[in-house]
Amino acid sequence: MNIETLLNELFPMGHSVKNTENILSGSGMTTKGDIAVMGTTDHLAIGVETALALAAVTLKVLQNNPGQPILLLVDTQGQRLSLQNELLGINGYLAHLAKCLELARQRGHQLICLVYGEAVSGGFLSFGMMADEIHTLPDAKVRVMNLPAMARITKLPLEQLEELSLNSPCFAPGVENFIKLGGIDTVWQQPLSEQLLEVIGTKHDGDQRRHNGFVRQGRNFAFPVAQRVKGG
Amino acid sequence: MEHLQFEFKGSGNRTGCQQTTLVGVVSSGNLEVMLEHSELLGLCRINVSTSAKGFAEIWQAVLSDFAARYDLSNLQISINDAGATPAVVCLRLGQALDDYLEASS
Amino acid sequence: MSDLSGIQRGHSYYEADARQRISHLLDPGSFQEILGPAERLTSPHLEPLGQPCSFNDGIIIGSGSLNGLKVLVASQEGGFMGGAVGEVHGAKLTGLLERAQDERPSAVLLLLESGGVRLHEANAGLIAISEVIRALLATRFAGTPVLGLIGGAYGCFGGMGIVARCCDALIINEEGRLGLSGPDVIETTMGVEEFDSNDRALVWRTLGGKHRYLLGEVQCLVEDDINAFRSAVINAIPTVHPLSLESLQQEHLRLARRLADYGHCRDGAEIWSEMGINDPHKLPLMDIQSFMATVADKGQE
Repeated sequence: MNIETLLNELFPMGHSVKNTENILSGSGMTTKGDIAVMGTTDHLAIGVETALALAAVTLKVLQNNPGQPILLLVDTQGQRLSLQNELLGINGYLAHLAKCLELARQRGHQLICLVYGEAVSGGFLSFGMMADEIHTLPDAKVRVMNLPAMARITKLPLEQLEELSLNSPCFAPGVENFIKLGGIDTVWQQPLSEQLLEVIGTKHDGDQRRHNGFVRQGRNFAFPVAQRVKGG
Repeated sequence: MEHLQFEFKGSGNRTGCQQTTLVGVVSSGNLEVMLEHSELLGLCRINVSTSAKGFAEIWQAVLSDFAARYDLSNLQISINDAGATPAVVCLRLGQALDDYLEASS
Repeated sequence: MSDLSGIQRGHSYYEADARQRISHLLDPGSFQEILGPAERLTSPHLEPLGQPCSFNDGIIIGSGSLNGLKVLVASQEGGFMGGAVGEVHGAKLTGLLERAQDERPSAVLLLLESGGVRLHEANAGLIAISEVIRALLATRFAGTPVLGLIGGAYGCFGGMGIVARCCDALIINEEGRLGLSGPDVIETTMGVEEFDSNDRALVWRTLGGKHRYLLGEVQCLVEDDINAFRSAVINAIPTVHPLSLESLQQEHLRLARRLADYGHCRDGAEIWSEMGINDPHKLPLMDIQSFMATVADKGQE
């Protein structure tokens, strides 16, 4: 779904979201009030400049719209791969973005993520995955890495990975796999504005992903191991 | 992966210590060896999990040799192996036992 | 408060394994492991892929004291699958950080050595690292400093490179590397002209401890000696500042200025030259003392 259509479907009452070189910022109107919108378009590869731009949008919301829910619209092919980005410390810029989003949460902003295109690895990790809840459109693509690249790096046969991925949600790309593991909450169906309205105002008691992964039997160990470490 | 289990009679009746000992790292050509006290009526049990398949006889030989040289009574030895040579296996077993005995004393 | 420097000197952080680092970093005999190897909390995902497990799943966690201060500590074992994060490994780390919110130690110390997500359990690893980031930042917001130490052969990359920069402060030796995508990944994807991963000098000018120190990506550069790391940690704990809108706005300005000043540079030596260092190519060859004297008022933007 292209971004204009998406924004109109999410905000039939209207929106002021602008696209500046693949960085979205603005707000959308809902019957539960205005919500801040930020995100990426065109499978953006997130690098030092764009991470900083996203952080700037976040800081501006914190400054000007205290407490307002923030919708993160995600379409990224992951982090930018370049010597210059590494040289300048891209991991620091991505961490800065993550910190700004965590600050937003600490200051009472509800963070809602919607993956409408791709969500890959580092680009997803420092942005959409910081949200309180993560949803996707039906045709969204979520992955760490594609299987052939994984086969190359792990030196495991591609056929073996493909076969195992039929029964294990643990490593192959796919929204359903991430849902099973607790990393994604739901897939949104039409009408999108209704789905959005339904989640605005949801209270979250900490990071529930481990618990969800346990209940859905996708991650049987993460929740109990962490509980034991905490002394529970 | 291959999982092997061996048992040897100890020569004494070590009471052992409650301190678990671990040496080594599971990196290519290396292994980790964990020693724990276990009430085995004087026996020593050795569990080996290895990614190098087909070497059961060599493990038998190396571990028998080790068991013959030291009193391993009431000891559970657990090994995660990533293709270590017999020399490296012996080295780690020796280091683990040294650390275990030091912790016991 | 006395520094317990009756501790042996001269233990290389780089050469030490995860367990040895903890044992020489903390006050002698103070370390109590949490969920140690006897618990056999191994990864359930490796056997089908013919990969051996480790009883700690590549990370050792526990509590101890540092110069008398109560700390929680985690140490990643680079030798096991490059220190990469899987389901159990990640849960141990997240659990430790959340435990800090209850126990309120003086600091959490993360001895980081990792390639990032463990591909054998890719999805679980990515979600785990996200959980680590959230737990780490929540712990900082709750008032407990989190300090990262980097200095092993495998460096700190991938999602763990992001985790590292979420810490209050980072301490690194010259051998340490910190980044996001490894040089080999960039070379494979973008070609050797983009990044020749076999050019070791280039790798260290781009990702290594000295460059990261000058750039301001890490707060402290030390000798490759666990005792030097220990002193640096002790000195760093009282200096950390909690996260706030003001502190993040300041960091934002710093990062924006870095892009403005060095965004055109294609090599670490070019950046150091822009910083006013006269013979930038001599920096990699200097020992830490000479290096620190040479760069005294430069960099650390």
